[in-house]
Amino acid sequence: MAQPDVVVTGLGATTPLGGDVASTWDAMLAGRSGVTMLTQEWAAQLPVRIAAQLAVEPSEVIDRVKMRRLDRAEAIALVAARQAWADSGLAGSGLDPERLAVSVGTGIGGATTLLAQDDILEASGPRRVSPHTVPMLMPNGPAAWVGLDLGAKAGVHSVSSACATGAEAIAHGLDIIRAGRADVVVAGGTEAVIHPLPIAGFASMRAMSTRNDEPERASRPWDKGRDGFVLGEGSGVVVLERADHAAARGARVYARCAGAGLTSDGYDIVQPDPAGTGFTRAIRMALRDADVDPRDVTHVNAHATSTPVGDMTEIAGLRAVIGDHPVLTATKSMTGHLLGAAGAVESIATILALRDSVVPPTINLDDPEEGLLDVAAHKARHLEIRAALNNSFGFGGHNVAVIFTRA
Amino acid sequence: MTTRDEITAGLAEILEEVAGVTPDDVAEGKSFTDDLDVDSLSMVEVVVAAEEKFGVKIPDNEVQNLKTVGDAVSYIQNNS
Repeated sequence: MAQPDVVVTGLGATTPLGGDVASTWDAMLAGRSGVTMLTQEWAAQLPVRIAAQLAVEPSEVIDRVKMRRLDRAEAIALVAARQAWADSGLAGSGLDPERLAVSVGTGIGGATTLLAQDDILEASGPRRVSPHTVPMLMPNGPAAWVGLDLGAKAGVHSVSSACATGAEAIAHGLDIIRAGRADVVVAGGTEAVIHPLPIAGFASMRAMSTRNDEPERASRPWDKGRDGFVLGEGSGVVVLERADHAAARGARVYARCAGAGLTSDGYDIVQPDPAGTGFTRAIRMALRDADVDPRDVTHVNAHATSTPVGDMTEIAGLRAVIGDHPVLTATKSMTGHLLGAAGAVESIATILALRDSVVPPTINLDDPEEGLLDVAAHKARHLEIRAALNNSFGFGGHNVAVIFTRA
Repeated sequence: MTTRDEITAGLAEILEEVAGVTPDDVAEGKSFTDDLDVDSLSMVEVVVAAEEKFGVKIPDNEVQNLKTVGDAVSYIQNNS
């Protein structure tokens, strides 16, 4: 039996560039940076004092009492999911809740809740620790809250693969629909860990940019002057729907979610395999799964985090598997690295690039590395796109490639 | 000595903060769960906040007896 086609019928996001998809996309096309100075008192002692913080606080959208029960990562997943749900037009459509699933992951989860409650434990004792602590810090919390909010009963899932999480959650959603377990999957990723401990941890790995005096210029994938990634927070959620289900209700379709490839490096806990065979296998797998010819992949939203090692390895692999023709971008130059949300927000950017025939820019690419492929540097570029690829790789050796095609 | 009305008003403040209950809805005859929609985790928060506010100890095995606002007011009045 042929696999059912899966399409994207709703988008939602809250990012350092905007509180919704429209404002995020406008800011991307304008080449705006979401990276700013951390002015909090705790930041003064850190080697890294910049981050891409949310443009709109979740407390502006979610009521105060509900916020008491939500970790920040849960709150913003809820914000993005509600937007995507409203955007899909499925509310009140009579969708059977037993045919609605959720696949929303986080890379780190409720770390800020854990740390805040530990402060309370140390200062005031165990009786003062909030009874909401466990549901706030559990890594399935964001998916569970989204499922609860939408009344999803076909299963609530929370994959976790570090910086590949958002893309893997979407790939998992695709599988759920293809396997016939749901007609609609609300899928994406969320992350909110701008706190001294995670920052200190990443900084100790020497993975982060220390360009503290020039926040907007710190995230610079493929630029010779890049010195690490910039931590960001945000959430992105898409509504995946069986194509015939969407057609039957006359839904607006953004793109086809045509296929995905997932592999693991089996090489190192944090270093990407320098041979790059792990992620090139993922891309080949995605191409086969989507039944797309590499020559038709004219746009790639690359993983490209602005670290010295990873950026160019990805280029070599793309050249080998896709060719010299695609126009690339690294939207992390603007959003920073959203960790578990990166693959979801970047999938949204990929989908909108397809819809609008435009590649969002890679900012700060002032002094490109030799041997780089064609990148939409500084300015957005008009491009008719038939098929587009989103790459996401994560600590642990996770490689996820997702292909979207024109609806 | 704190009056019953003062304790009720104090509980209303806590209930608004913790569970979003409208202060005017808080009266001695109201059940926490059935009338005020306070779930079990919020009730834990209410108890801890009330202990702090009124300087009482409310052991966990007492909490199940505090069905209404009036029950809580009586307990606080008798034990503070």
